[in-house]
Amino acid sequence: MMDKTALETSGLGKRYGRTWALRDCSLHVPAGRIAALVGPNGAGKTTLLQLAVGLLRPDAGSVRVFGEDPRDNIATLAEIGFVAQDTPLYPDFTAAELITMGGKLNRRWDAPLAHDRLAQLGIPPAKPVGKLSGGQRAQVALALALAKRPRLLLLDEPIASLDPLARREFMQALMGAVGESDTTVLLSSHLLADLERACDYLIVLQTAEVQLAGAVDDLLAEHRTLVGPRTEPGDAIPGGATIVRASHTDRQSTLLVRAADPIDDPMWTEHDVTLEDLVLAYLSAAGARTARTPSEVTA
Amino acid sequence: MIEFVLDGRSRVATYMQMVLQVKQALRVGLLRPGDQLPRVRAVAQSLAINPNTVLKAYRELEMEGLAEGRPGVGTFLVGTLAGPSLANQAELREDLVSWLRKAEAAGLAREDVAALIDTTLRATFDGQARQDNP
Repeated sequence: MMDKTALETSGLGKRYGRTWALRDCSLHVPAGRIAALVGPNGAGKTTLLQLAVGLLRPDAGSVRVFGEDPRDNIATLAEIGFVAQDTPLYPDFTAAELITMGGKLNRRWDAPLAHDRLAQLGIPPAKPVGKLSGGQRAQVALALALAKRPRLLLLDEPIASLDPLARREFMQALMGAVGESDTTVLLSSHLLADLERACDYLIVLQTAEVQLAGAVDDLLAEHRTLVGPRTEPGDAIPGGATIVRASHTDRQSTLLVRAADPIDDPMWTEHDVTLEDLVLAYLSAAGARTARTPSEVTA
Repeated sequence: MIEFVLDGRSRVATYMQMVLQVKQALRVGLLRPGDQLPRVRAVAQSLAINPNTVLKAYRELEMEGLAEGRPGVGTFLVGTLAGPSLANQAELREDLVSWLRKAEAAGLAREDVAALIDTTLRATFDGQARQDNP
């Protein structure tokens, strides 16, 4: 189950006018994973999710969900649950009415599941959802997405607008729900801290391009921080490592590197990296690169 | 049943924190063989962590022979780390306390004591290990 692919993109691109919102995006999310899609606002996260759920038409490349093109594909769309940014729900409808409506619009629909979830959380089913708190609305949206019993659940910044307690409650509900199904989850956030313990797969997106993607355990094992003598660009790095980010003083260099094997050079001391170190290093490296190359289409 | 607590500042991997907590509970007798570990779903939900992380911790305990998964029922502890040493711990602790008082009277600060214990531990046990496995 773990080696099947839930979501796969190949050279995927989406353009608005002359600007690429997503460019040359090739990645895959194995089934059974909880993947975090991390990047600053405007990096292309929403575009990628909307392409995956078939709401947008690609301008380049392809996207596959469980091997199928999701666009206008009723069978595949039935497998996808999607919670859009700011969890839009019809504000005058009650949660109970939304659950009934979901039942009419979906072939597979577990209404008791949605009712149970809301009851457990103490969310009033007969109150218009527009009058609920932000955290409760988010929980209603999650319950509706889960009632579809999706094999792939996509969530766009589900907790960005919630207070810390509601964030935690949302993540608890999500992790509990995933724990009792084999749903693959892809959730986006501009903050990693909220997702660090939830995700086991990471995709870093910046300036419309994928900077880093892989299983969290692998990524942590492959990267390390080296501290050693001042190294100029072009100097040999121990162990043939690739430098992700470097900072220097007059006599010392600190390098975040990607290397398959440990570095045994006694001149260098190794430190493990945290997921946060890694994301920040890739984001700042990408930021430095795009300062030189504008992302507009120049043709 | 135990409740897992995670240290947010620790650099120890989440699954390993859980493994260590179970081992610690076994050592002090808080958990015993036959006890059930909390369900994966319940742990994932209460700590808001990836269910795969909980599974990984339980698999690690199984590999070390401390736990056993019973399909459809849950994960149960089968091994123990308390052993016969638990009974002797109270007396050893008393000896240690009186030794610590002696060290304090001799002018050793907390860090000095910790360093002395650390180096002696290594010298004694590692030296013994070398003799045991020549």
